[in-house]
Amino acid sequence: MSLPSLLRVPVLRRPTRARIAASAALLVAAVAFALPLVWLVLSSIDSQADLRVKLPSSPSFGNFSAVLTDEITFTPMLNSLVLCGSATLLTVVCAALAAYPLSRYRGRFSRPYLLTILFSTCLPITAVMVPVYGLFVQVNLIDTMSGTALFLAASQLPFAIWLMKNFMDGVPLVLEEAAWTDGASGLQTLVRVVLPLMGPGLTVVTIYSFIMMWGNFFVPFMLLLTPDQLPASVSIFTFFGNRGQVIYGQLAAFSMLYSVPVILLYALIARRLGGGFALGGAVKG
Amino acid sequence: MSAVEAAGPAAACRGGAPPPPPGGRRARGAGPLRWLPVVPATVLLLLFLAGPIVYCVYTAFTDMQLTGSSHTDFVGLDNFRRAFTDPEFRNAVWLTLVFTVISSIVGQNTLGLVLAGLMRQAAKWVRTLTGSLVITAWVLPEIVAAFLLYAFFRREGTLNAILHWLHLPSQNWLFTLPILAVSFANVWRGTAFSMLIYSAALSEVPKEITEAAEVDGASGWRRVWHVTLPMISRSIGTNLMLNTLQTLSVFGLIWAMTRGGPGNRSTTLPVMMYDQAFNKSLIGYGTAIALLLLLVGALFSLVYLRLVRTEV
Repeated sequence: MSLPSLLRVPVLRRPTRARIAASAALLVAAVAFALPLVWLVLSSIDSQADLRVKLPSSPSFGNFSAVLTDEITFTPMLNSLVLCGSATLLTVVCAALAAYPLSRYRGRFSRPYLLTILFSTCLPITAVMVPVYGLFVQVNLIDTMSGTALFLAASQLPFAIWLMKNFMDGVPLVLEEAAWTDGASGLQTLVRVVLPLMGPGLTVVTIYSFIMMWGNFFVPFMLLLTPDQLPASVSIFTFFGNRGQVIYGQLAAFSMLYSVPVILLYALIARRLGGGFALGGAVKG
Repeated sequence: MSAVEAAGPAAACRGGAPPPPPGGRRARGAGPLRWLPVVPATVLLLLFLAGPIVYCVYTAFTDMQLTGSSHTDFVGLDNFRRAFTDPEFRNAVWLTLVFTVISSIVGQNTLGLVLAGLMRQAAKWVRTLTGSLVITAWVLPEIVAAFLLYAFFRREGTLNAILHWLHLPSQNWLFTLPILAVSFANVWRGTAFSMLIYSAALSEVPKEITEAAEVDGASGWRRVWHVTLPMISRSIGTNLMLNTLQTLSVFGLIWAMTRGGPGNRSTTLPVMMYDQAFNKSLIGYGTAIALLLLLVGALFSLVYLRLVRTEV
């Protein structure tokens, strides 16, 4: 997978010794970060896997074929896809609509509104999960995919609006003005002119929201109860937590199947997300 | 609207700062109707974020229970009084503090800065390799990360195998030092964020300035301490705030690795909140803890807003 372009900084002219020392130090860190990942990869192809890193004596895809069943893999992955897909769609549509006036017009409320959005991006969502559970029981949304998707969408929305608004600020106004002159409405201008011009930004917001939701454990863990509705994030926990004798190789295989999609998706947006961070308000020297 | 004015925001934006729209008003869509597109997002946020927060404030002052919720009474500050005299609550506050200091302030923040700094000097392939690994750990779903580090720290796990190989004493990390194990797990998972922030910040430090310091005879460490660090101090501030806020809300990682145990030796506030509300069925008390957590979070968020305020 590729790195955000911001990591490819121009190297200053330095003595080679400093360069070797820095590389060696980084390699030590790389090994530390790699160990758990190496265990995951090796165990997934080892039918005799235990908890430590070791080369499989007879590598096979037996673990994968063992977990590729409806119950273990297909149903939870499909649930994840439906849940996160619908929530992402809702987030991106709402964020694009909201970002347009926030980026284009200046009203009395736009600054307080944006500050509130930025404030909510930081709030620990974990803390509201107990009250959300209580509220969902009261309004009969508990254990429903739609309710969970709505909450996931809302929890990801502040950051999506913020990111979207900043990407939209980068789209020049000239073409929009031409569209306005030709009599296009605000919505037409947004859909036909602005969004196509910010395709990369739109992709980043969509994929980033999806990755965040795909990996989210606490929200579906709290709000969904019926086993056949559970997404992969919760089913993997049940698999790992509640079985007497865990078959580590199979667990590793399932973890791979569950993780690889988001890692590939991240690789797609990695270069551009670097810019997104700078725009996210977090970076200013 | 002249073309020069219109080009303004586009040009400014390449620098990263959101531009104020020039003139502010447009011929098209003037009037309150132009704010209509904000409505869906606002409704969603009010119903599903503001709603639960208001409900949280209400529930925290009641004795709501999970079972037999026939009637719920308003009990005033009882939940909070109970929390402040509860040794378990004090234990959770202490562990949350330890977890935050070790994993966020010392771990992710410092390691992220060191990695970003080293990357500016290391060979390209090392930079790419390390960056990819650190970021993969970050993109990995929370539960998978928890499971990998559970395996790493278990008595039969990789860490003890390495210690054994180095002839160092091994131990059952998840039993003897559970809070340290989950803190390291959080460092493993969260360092990428700081690394990305600091890589961006360091790349914006003008080369001329560090070179000037070098010409003036400042040694490596002095250059870092007196020149580079002050120049990225705002990034350090915002990164510390964001790291701390993320760390305050870690639940899945700890829950999957230790479930707050053994005993309550890795029960941070989010874990205690969940435990009280669902395992002990005290929704009111659990929510009171949630509200305190939310208040601390809000406080940090306000500090963060002040740090980045000028950019909105």
